Amino acid sequence: MALRTKAHDMGMHTEQLSGRTQQRFFTPSEEENFTYPEAFDVDFNKRAELDCGPLSPRDVNLKIRDLMSKGYGTIVLKNPGAKHSIAVGILNKLNLHIEGSLGYFGCGLIDGPNIRIKGRVGWSCAENMLAGTIIIEKNAGSTFGAALRGGDLVCMGDVGARMGIDMKGGTIIVGGRCGAFCGFMMQRGRMVILGDAGKNLGDSMYDGTIYVGGKIEGLGVDAVPGEMNDLDVSWLTRKLKMYGLETPKGVKNMQKIVAGKQLWNYDNLEPTEKKLIL
Amino acid sequence: MCGIAGLIHRGGKTGDIGTEMTAMLQSLKHRGPDSTGYALYGKPLKGNELMLRFKVAEQDEMSKGFKIHEQVKERRNEVDRRIKELGGRIEEAHDATEYAFRYKIDFAGDRRKLADYIEDVEGAEILSMGHGLELVKDLGDAARVAEQYALKGFTGTHALGHTRMATESDVDIRSAHPYWAYPFADVSVVHNGQLTNYWNGRRALERRGHRFMSNCDSELIAVYLADKMQQGADLKDAMTDSIDELDGVFTYLVATSDALGMAKDVMAAKPMVLYESDKFIALASEEVAIRSVFPHEIDTFDPYEGEVRVWKSA
Repeated sequence: MALRTKAHDMGMHTEQLSGRTQQRFFTPSEEENFTYPEAFDVDFNKRAELDCGPLSPRDVNLKIRDLMSKGYGTIVLKNPGAKHSIAVGILNKLNLHIEGSLGYFGCGLIDGPNIRIKGRVGWSCAENMLAGTIIIEKNAGSTFGAALRGGDLVCMGDVGARMGIDMKGGTIIVGGRCGAFCGFMMQRGRMVILGDAGKNLGDSMYDGTIYVGGKIEGLGVDAVPGEMNDLDVSWLTRKLKMYGLETPKGVKNMQKIVAGKQLWNYDNLEPTEKKLIL
Repeated sequence: MCGIAGLIHRGGKTGDIGTEMTAMLQSLKHRGPDSTGYALYGKPLKGNELMLRFKVAEQDEMSKGFKIHEQVKERRNEVDRRIKELGGRIEEAHDATEYAFRYKIDFAGDRRKLADYIEDVEGAEILSMGHGLELVKDLGDAARVAEQYALKGFTGTHALGHTRMATESDVDIRSAHPYWAYPFADVSVVHNGQLTNYWNGRRALERRGHRFMSNCDSELIAVYLADKMQQGADLKDAMTDSIDELDGVFTYLVATSDALGMAKDVMAAKPMVLYESDKFIALASEEVAIRSVFPHEIDTFDPYEGEVRVWKSA
């Protein structure tokens, strides 16, 4: 008998996805499965501050790792100065507070930490993020959440072009507006834009769902309007409440964009993969 | 990859734009180590006065034999003679380097004719000839170029800058940005990206009588905009037209004697971060450049695809 998980309770298994889901859900009793063998045992009440001003990005990342190895579960980065590649590859539970702005590739390849950034982030923030939460209080650059696999990525301000390009899971929420080609080749997951969306939204998307609170300048190839249902409304209400966000016209009046499914279906399994599941 | 940067002091204010732009460009050094260039806009000169920046040799020529030093002297003397022959008066003459010079001249005649006549001298190239614009570019990073040309303390209203990774043309001063829209005074451009209709655009402009100094696609933008403005368009309209008429991926900055503008193509595939306040505007390929001027927390954002913005200094 299939295990009933939190994901089932959240209604994530009743979505009308035409493809075969490749999401994996773990039961609460398998919590240890979410951690890596070499993950550090950290205490969220143990707090450290790090002045990034005189440090190179490499040194900042090594210091974070060093602090986690010493059990620090809450780390505050001061003066990040928009340096690139800060806080990448963190495969650990961690509360990370960044008091300033990040440059390119900030918080990429992470799996687990909860990160709050007081400033802005440059291009490709949270690229390939697997799990955790990232909240950005200001704006974000282009390719925000590129190839996102899981977790919640939230930008309170505006976001540039090509957000969620090649996105494969998780949730991106934008408090403001976003640029062109957002959701380009999107394959899974959800994107919520509370403001206006730029041209070619969802261009060549294979799957996934995009919700827009404002105006859409134009849809891309094979991105089509979907119909909002109760499940969408309850999910959106819950998600936005988590981050203290709301859309002026109410979630019921948001526009839903889905894939028209006229493109090649990436979700067909390869013969070798079929063997594995038979 | 290249890095571009721009800044403008608003409300008619001036600042040490030499130091500010050097800090911005030095923090973008990783985007292109081949050359660095500045378009600096000082206080506009009066009447027929022009600030002339020109060179009579390339940097690497200076290390090739003893004869070049004598040739530089001869070439410079010939430039001086030709300026006087066409009715110009040299009011100030400074040696920026061994091979690049900065002249303040008084000249009421045809600027194109003067520029053509000077560039007819072997090895001579005019970098800029403007009422406010002074164009400085050379090989190496911003710290090196700023020191070489004594840019610290250069007072002005606005500036453009560029760090170049040579992908489309040679590593020499001629191919370095910014580009001056020859022979239009005070129009300069820095660009990040590639123009795919460069040759078509160039041929069309050459048929209209314009001359190109390099084979770099970025020069097309400068000449294109100057041509539009010569036909009566204002800067913003010319830039808006460029979004449709220039093909490729590009983000560029343009400056005139009293304005700074930015434009981004519809694909928005080249970066630009913008900080805007009542007193100061700063733009750059990466936020680290803006942070080099503002260490404290500020609000910055990405301009959107197809976006055109223009700011006036006064």
